[in-house]
Amino acid sequence: MTEAILFMLGIGGVCGILLSFASKIFYVYEDPRVSLVESNMAGANCGGCGYAGCSAAAQAVVKGEALPSVCIVSGAEGAAKVAAVMGMDPGTAESRQAYSMCDGGVRAANKYHYLGVTSCGAMALVFGGQRDCHVGCLGLGDCVKACNFGALTMGKEGFPVVDENKCVGCGACNKACPKDIIEVKSMSDKLLKFNQINDPLAPCSQTCPAEIDIPQYISHIKNGDYLAAVQTIRMRNPLLLSCGRVCPHPCENDCRRGIADEPVSINQLKRFAADYEMNSGSRVPIKCAPDTGKKVAIIGGGPAGLSCAYFLRRVGHQVTIFESMPELGGMLRYGIPEYRLPKKVLEWEIEGITKLGIETHTNVRFGTDFGLGSLVAAGYDAVFIGIGAWKDHALGIPGDDLKGCFNGIKFLSTVSALVSSGISKGDTSIREKMKLGKRAAVIGGGNTAVDCARTMLRLGLEKVYMVYRRTRKEMPANEVEIVASEHEGIEFVFLAAPSRVVGNENGEVTHLEYLRMELGEPDASGRRRPVPVKGSETLLAVDTIVTAIGQAPDASFKEETSRRISELTLTRWSTIDNNPATLQSSIPYIFTAGDAATGPALVVDAIGGGRRAARSIDLFLKGKKVEPVKDSLQKKRIPESVFKTISGVQPIKRAVMPELPVNRRLDSFVEVDLVLPEDEALKEADRCLKCCRICYNPDKKSA
Amino acid sequence: MGDYIVLAISCILINNILLAQFLGNCPFLGTSKKMETATGMAMAVVFVIVLAGIITWVTELYLLKPLDIEFLRTLSFILIVASLVQFVEMFLKKSIPALYTGLGIFLPLITTNCAVLGVCLINIKEEYSFLEMLVSSFSYSVGYGLALVLFAGIRERIILARVPKPLQDTSIGLVTAGMIAICFFAFKGMV
Repeated sequence: MTEAILFMLGIGGVCGILLSFASKIFYVYEDPRVSLVESNMAGANCGGCGYAGCSAAAQAVVKGEALPSVCIVSGAEGAAKVAAVMGMDPGTAESRQAYSMCDGGVRAANKYHYLGVTSCGAMALVFGGQRDCHVGCLGLGDCVKACNFGALTMGKEGFPVVDENKCVGCGACNKACPKDIIEVKSMSDKLLKFNQINDPLAPCSQTCPAEIDIPQYISHIKNGDYLAAVQTIRMRNPLLLSCGRVCPHPCENDCRRGIADEPVSINQLKRFAADYEMNSGSRVPIKCAPDTGKKVAIIGGGPAGLSCAYFLRRVGHQVTIFESMPELGGMLRYGIPEYRLPKKVLEWEIEGITKLGIETHTNVRFGTDFGLGSLVAAGYDAVFIGIGAWKDHALGIPGDDLKGCFNGIKFLSTVSALVSSGISKGDTSIREKMKLGKRAAVIGGGNTAVDCARTMLRLGLEKVYMVYRRTRKEMPANEVEIVASEHEGIEFVFLAAPSRVVGNENGEVTHLEYLRMELGEPDASGRRRPVPVKGSETLLAVDTIVTAIGQAPDASFKEETSRRISELTLTRWSTIDNNPATLQSSIPYIFTAGDAATGPALVVDAIGGGRRAARSIDLFLKGKKVEPVKDSLQKKRIPESVFKTISGVQPIKRAVMPELPVNRRLDSFVEVDLVLPEDEALKEADRCLKCCRICYNPDKKSA
Repeated sequence: MGDYIVLAISCILINNILLAQFLGNCPFLGTSKKMETATGMAMAVVFVIVLAGIITWVTELYLLKPLDIEFLRTLSFILIVASLVQFVEMFLKKSIPALYTGLGIFLPLITTNCAVLGVCLINIKEEYSFLEMLVSSFSYSVGYGLALVLFAGIRERIILARVPKPLQDTSIGLVTAGMIAICFFAFKGMV
C-alpha cells in the first residue's frame, strides 16, 4: 500500500516537474492583457460573439479588432471591465460591420445557376467558385447561415444584405465566405480603401483618380435616394460640388456604355446629387471615428490639402490647415474662375469640411510665417504638404516684362481675389484696377490659358486671341472648355510661337510678334513637334499679354534656414520628391500630394492623392509600416474588364448639359454650366448599365 | 520480420482503433471537416501515441510490475497521457504555431482521447516486447490517421451532395463512419 501511495506521488511529482520545465522552455510571450480580458468574459466558450471561444475573442479585443463589448453573455458590466483593462471607454473603439463588395444587381439570378448545390463553399470546391467572374458573389448564402445574429439576409436580388443595426462585426460571415466578398470593416477601413486588382470594379471606378464607387451612386440617384448618392461620393471625394463642375471626367472615357452608345454623363449626375444636397438647405451628417489623439498639420488648403484633412479627420486624427492665401480653396478658389465654380458654392463645400472639427489658419505662409521646426515644436505628429503649383513658367522672350504682360495663375488669382471682395458686377473697374487694355493675347493651350481668355472676355476686353504653338487637336485643355470659348468668340491663332513683345516708348505693349510653325515628327509625348517656319514673323496688335504656359510648385519655403527642411528633396521640376505609391517624402513624417507632388494636374487627381496620403499618414501615426496598397490599381484598367463590343444596349441620347446662352454670359461672372433638371437626371441615371468587373445590366427593352 | 508486418497490417487495417474498436470518436468527428485539420490531427496523434506507448510500457515494466501495483495501471496511465499532451501542446505552440492554431481546440481533446489510453493498455495486455510495442503503437496511430484522412476526404465531398436536412453534418458523418467501418470489416479475412 505504501508503495502504491509513493508511486502515485512520485509519478505526479515527475509529471509536474517536467511540465514546469517545459512551460519555461516552450514559453511563448502573450500580451498579459489577453488573459486579463479573458478573465472578464463569461468563460462559457459559447461562440456567440463569433470567435472560436473566449480566448480568441480576448485576443481580438487586444488586437483592436473587436469591441470591449464583444462578449454577449457578460453584458455591459463585463464590457466596462474589459474596457478598463484596455484603458479605453467602453464603446470608443470603432465598430466594424460587414459589407458586401459585389452587388451584381438584377443579373444575379441568371448569372449563378448551379445544379442543385446549396453552399458557396461547395461551389468554390467544384468550379473554383466561378461561373464567369472569378471575384463575384456566388449567392448561395453561406454567410447568411454563418451569422449568429440574424444580421444577414439574402436580398431579393440574390446578394447578401447587411442589417447594420444587428451586425456586431464578429466576422463569422467573412470566414464562411469562400471568396472574401463579404468583409468586415470599420468606417476608417472603408474610407481608406484603395482599388485593388481583384476588386469587383466597374470600368469608370477603375479610371476615376478619386476611385469613387460610381455605379453605386448612380444607382442611388436612380432609386431617388439623392442623399445616399452624396454619402457614397463622400466616401471618396469630399469636394463633390467642385468636382461636379470642373472635373474633366476621365471616367466617362471608359464608360462601358460608350462602346455602343454615348457614355453616361457621370459628372453631371455627381453635380446633380451635390447640388441637391446644397439646395436642400441642410447637410447630410458626416460621421467621424473616435479621437486618436494624434495631430497632423496640413500645409496648403487646396483640393489635396482639404481632401487629406477631411479623410484624416474622419478617421479620428486632429487636423490643422495652414493656408497662405486669405481663404481656403487653393486653385479651386483662385485658379478656377467664378463663371465655372461660383465662390459661394465653394464656400458652402469647404464649410462642410471644416465643420468636422478642422482648425484652419489663413494668411500664414510656410517658410515665412512658420516653419517645420515650429510645427514639430507645436506637437504635430505628421505634416502634409499640398502647396500646389503656383509659380508660372516665364515666357523668356525679349520684352516679356513690358507693361501689359501678365502671368496666368497670378492673373487668375488677382481677378478671383477682386471678384471675391465684391466688385464682381462692375467688370470695367476690375479691368481698370488691373490696368488691362482692350485687345489681349493669351499664350498657351491648357486649361489655365482658356480660363484666362474667358475671364478677360468677361472683364470687358474687346478682342481676345489664344496663341498656341500647335493645333487645336493637340490642345491639352478640356474639350468642353475649348468649345465654350469658341462659342464666346475667342479667336485662336494656332501654330504660332511668340518670339518678341513689341512696346512703345512708354514701355507699354503694342504688338506680339510670333513665328508661324508647322508640325514635324512626333515627340516623346506623342504629339507632333512644331517646327518654326523661317522668316514668318507676324505681328499681332494687342495691348495685353497673358502667359499661361505651365506652372511649377513655388519651392521658396526651402529657403527657411532650418536643417530639417534641407533634408526634403525636390525633383528637377521643383515638385516635392516622394514615393509615388505611399506619397511619403524624403523626410518620413512629411507626406505630399496634389500639384506640389505631381506638377499641374486635375483637381480630382489632387483629391485622390490627398486620400492616398491620408492612408499613409494614418499608418504612420499608428506606428505601422508605411507600405503601398497591395495590387493597387492606381487608374490602370483591369484587363478582363476592357471590352471591345457589348451587346444589349439600345442607343439612348445622353443628357445635354444645360448652359447659359452666350449673350447672357459675357457681361458677368454668372455660372455658365447649369445643373440637370431632376427628370433629366433620373433618365440619365437609368442609362447606367450598373457595370461591374465583367457583368452589366443590359437595357431592359432588349432583354 | 514477417511477424512485424503482420502485426502492422492487423493494427492498421483489421483492428483499426477507430473503425474496429471504436476508440477516439470525438476528435474523429470534430477534426474531419477539413483535410488540412485532419492531417494535422493525424500527425499529432501519431506523435502522442508512439510517445505515450513507450513511456507507459517502460512504466509498466520497471515500476508497476516490480512493485506489484498493476491495479494502478489505468490511473497512472491517464496521468502520463494527460501530462504528455500538455507537453505536446506547449511544444507545438512554441515550435509550429501554424499547426497549433490549425488544431485549435482539438489538441487538448487528445488529453481525453481514449485511443491513446486504449493503445497503451492493449500494448500491456498483449504483453508485447519493446519492438512489438513500437510497431503496434505506430501502426495503431497510423490506422487512426488513415481513417481520419479518408473520412475527411469523404466529408469534404459530402457537402456537394444534397443531404436531407435532418441528416446534415454530424448525422451523415456518423452514417458514413459506420459504412467505412463495415468496409474495414472486410479486412478480417486477410490474416
